[in-house]
Amino acid sequence: MKKIHIILLVAIAAAVAVLVSFLQATSTYDTVATARSKPGKFVHLMASWDKGSPLQYDAINNPNFLSFTAIDTLGEKVKVIYNNPKPENFEQAPRLVMKGKYVNGVFECSNIQTKCPSKYKEEAGSNNTQTTQAGSNGAQPASTRTISELSK
Amino acid sequence: MEKYIGEYLLPGQLGHFFIILSLVASLVATIAYFMDVRTVRLNPGTTFSPWRTLARGAFITEVISVISIFAILFYIIHNHRFEYYYAWKHSNLSLEFKYLLACFWEGQEGSFLLWSFWHCLLGLVVIKTAKSWESSVMTIISGAQFALATMVLGIFFFGSKIGTNPFILLRDTEGFLNNPDFRVNGNLAGPIMNDYLSHIVDGNGLNPLLQNRWMVIHPPVLFLGFASTLIPFAFALAGLWTRRISEWVNQALPWALFSLAVFGVGIMMGAWWAYESLNFGGYWAWDPVENASLVPWLILAAGIHTLLIYKHSGYSLRSTYLFLVLTFIFVLYSTFLTRSGILGESSVHAFTDLGMNVQLFLFLYGFVWLAPILAANTFNKRIITLFSAAVLGLACYFLNISWLPLIAMLAGVITFMVFVFQQVPSVKKEEEGSSREFWMFIGSLVFFLSAMVIIFKTSLPVFNKLFGINTAAPEDVEYSYNQIQVLVAVIIGILTGATQYLRYRNTPTKMFWKKMALPLILSIIASALVLAFGKVNYTQKGLGFEMEIWLAVAASVYAIIANAGYIWIGMRGKLNLSGGSVAHLGFGLVLLGILLSSAKKEVLSYNTSGIAVSFGEKSDQKPGENLTLVKGMTMKMGKYDVTYRGDSLHPKKPTQRYFRIDFRQRETGEQFTLWPDAFINDKENALMSSPDARHYLSHDVFVYVSSMPDPGKNTDTSKFVSHVRSVGDTIFYSKGYIILEDLAGSDNIPLDKLSPKDSAYTATLRVHSFARQGDYKRNLLLVKPFDKPSYAEPDTVMAEGLVLRLDELNGGKANIGVRESDNVLEYVTLKAYKFPFIGVLWGGIVITAFGTFMSMARRIRLNRAARNKTIPSAEASAAGS
Repeated sequence: MKKIHIILLVAIAAAVAVLVSFLQATSTYDTVATARSKPGKFVHLMASWDKGSPLQYDAINNPNFLSFTAIDTLGEKVKVIYNNPKPENFEQAPRLVMKGKYVNGVFECSNIQTKCPSKYKEEAGSNNTQTTQAGSNGAQPASTRTISELSK
Repeated sequence: MEKYIGEYLLPGQLGHFFIILSLVASLVATIAYFMDVRTVRLNPGTTFSPWRTLARGAFITEVISVISIFAILFYIIHNHRFEYYYAWKHSNLSLEFKYLLACFWEGQEGSFLLWSFWHCLLGLVVIKTAKSWESSVMTIISGAQFALATMVLGIFFFGSKIGTNPFILLRDTEGFLNNPDFRVNGNLAGPIMNDYLSHIVDGNGLNPLLQNRWMVIHPPVLFLGFASTLIPFAFALAGLWTRRISEWVNQALPWALFSLAVFGVGIMMGAWWAYESLNFGGYWAWDPVENASLVPWLILAAGIHTLLIYKHSGYSLRSTYLFLVLTFIFVLYSTFLTRSGILGESSVHAFTDLGMNVQLFLFLYGFVWLAPILAANTFNKRIITLFSAAVLGLACYFLNISWLPLIAMLAGVITFMVFVFQQVPSVKKEEEGSSREFWMFIGSLVFFLSAMVIIFKTSLPVFNKLFGINTAAPEDVEYSYNQIQVLVAVIIGILTGATQYLRYRNTPTKMFWKKMALPLILSIIASALVLAFGKVNYTQKGLGFEMEIWLAVAASVYAIIANAGYIWIGMRGKLNLSGGSVAHLGFGLVLLGILLSSAKKEVLSYNTSGIAVSFGEKSDQKPGENLTLVKGMTMKMGKYDVTYRGDSLHPKKPTQRYFRIDFRQRETGEQFTLWPDAFINDKENALMSSPDARHYLSHDVFVYVSSMPDPGKNTDTSKFVSHVRSVGDTIFYSKGYIILEDLAGSDNIPLDKLSPKDSAYTATLRVHSFARQGDYKRNLLLVKPFDKPSYAEPDTVMAEGLVLRLDELNGGKANIGVRESDNVLEYVTLKAYKFPFIGVLWGGIVITAFGTFMSMARRIRLNRAARNKTIPSAEASAAGS
């Protein structure tokens, strides 16, 4: 066989091996129940925030600790711990994708992706009134100094 | 027909007319060019027929149409004609002119038009320069234009919608039609208000994250890269179609080099944008959208190198066909991935599902099968291929077998490969193991396989849909890519250096090692120095990966030195011949820059010191990577002392806040200020923050806001609690105690606006916090004018969340009001990084692009010289030589 053909075969075999090992490392999208059944395994938990249960986040003392309860579409609940700042639209997001593991009765997650409600189905006209109102009363912080004033 | 007040419908009608004109013109151009090729083939001896004139006219008509569409859409946006959906959706009254083009690109239709526009320009250059290749190549280019024109059509065809029209009226869109506010008497079943336009106060506005100069520049450059991959694709297929199997190679090479340079710069502009303006914390995250554009680039690089192999040695023509054709196919696949919404779960980039999935699939499918159809060299083969394509296509549509589309695509690609194999000759004799072409081929193969691995991993969501499985990305997505790509970097680094010193056909061993010796020794020394003093330690993933990284650093150092050496030794410093080596040198810098900045990337903002920790539940993992800064309190961050001084508003955009963060390097005393900004995007309630960075030669310090108090959430329910105390008494609060140190009356208080009849009092308080060092002193003021109600000025201790007030003073006893509230606190949570040697990456990209353009210029010159040589001598003497 030609040298080049051997190399081709070896290279393709290597690529296939890479992909096979990748597939074994892939994770899955899970519910609370299935995540619980795979303790220690990295999964993507699809659930939402359970408003009725306590949420713990103290940005001042420890911005890297968020604890809340997640509830999935089947009604199962699990306590979630997240070691990063609370995502900004956390309370409004109807659905969350949490990447992490179920360990010792708690879901420790390393990443939370918030799912925004259908962003692209805005109603014509309605957003206009929102923006003009937002301009007048919202988002005004306590200090409204200009940059020059701050550079004392 | 009803007339609505204030509407100016002419632009939209004109725009839609031009869309249809461009569609028809591109169809005519495609057919006419096709007929020209056919006529020429049937009449040997001719180079073109009247069909070509018709085709050129049609193409020029199309170019004019596309430019007109652009101009009209520009007019509509610039003049804030909100009766048009595009203007309403993507812009508003406060839009700055410099971001107007960003609005253009924000929508799907705008970016399709941009792509089409580039094809127009490139097509004109092809017409001017392609000579005998014009008709065949332009048939394919016009075909692609036709496909793109259907994407912006917005017409209903047998019940299905084809394309989305950029000139659609706001009042024809679903959101508007379902909004009772615009109906007479709020009745949805009734007519729309005559003067609805006057109720549209402002547009939706451009996404604030896209109000950025990068959104103006990055799409055009990237789309020029996409568009230019069509040209080598077209040349390759034209070669097969017109039975000139290898003559297209010289013409296609400069086009491919142009595409490589522009496409690469376009991709890296995206990386620069992410680094500079977005809070991804870096320039590359192996995000599906990033990967989808990198993959065709890698295949194109492979194709260019096999093309060069063919030119110099006759090998690898078949691979060249495969790679150049697949480049454009994967551009179409990446278009499908990014525009179909299928990546919604797996990518941070936002997507719209415009319902164009069938069309996007057909675009890809059509061009996948176009390749074998054009490649077929007998009528029978062509018919059978066409028939199979049609049957498979219909089967995908009507049968609900979810994995059939994949089979149909693969069938097309395999058929093409079979035809190429049959028709394209290959050299019988094997390449020498010591030859340049052998090792260049290995390099191309590695690039190609690396691209296949990347696109496979990226396509998990597609596989989920096709096979009904449920896979999600692995735990450490970036590592799963980096593991492999670092190895690829090792191989490529070594090859780009060493292969330059090989000769085509055969390299005498002694000569090779003699030339290689010096660069090799220099590289070993240099790499050792870099690794020793650079402290390239990356222990997060174990020793194996760390050693991979060291090897890769050595390989990239070698690539830099070997190529520099080659430019010097091999080319005798003649720069204009060494475009390739310059590009490889740049690429070595790119690899080195990536390795150094990513391996040595440091999080500065570990939350270990400063504010006392009183966690409810402590996490025993590594300390969090975000640090909260309370206003005015200096904290330690790495080797810096950092203070959050305050924030200010953007002069024009009231929702955008800039945070002033003062840095002071403890050892050197150096001071600087960074201004990361952040705001809450009302529409999505998401925090959008842009970092600020300080650039040094050797590294960047990089800060962005990861969380901030929302001023809109002012639901403060805590109340004042009143305490009656005398001097020397103590008030306790949740985090410490307050001592009333002194009370004073009006005589001792210097205050203007007070008449002798008014009274004013101060209470001096000392606040001691259990958690912090140092006490706070506050003076509270209570003013009792004789004829007006008294007022007390509250004062705050922000770090403690305290609001204090002197409510009353009576006979030596004071009523002190104490309120504890989080909302008093001004704080910001930050993440800070140090990126060492990131300048090497950006500089490397510039050099790589420059070298590629140098090569392109040289190839164009060579082509021109070769053409001039074939001018008959009569002409030459007539020219007065």
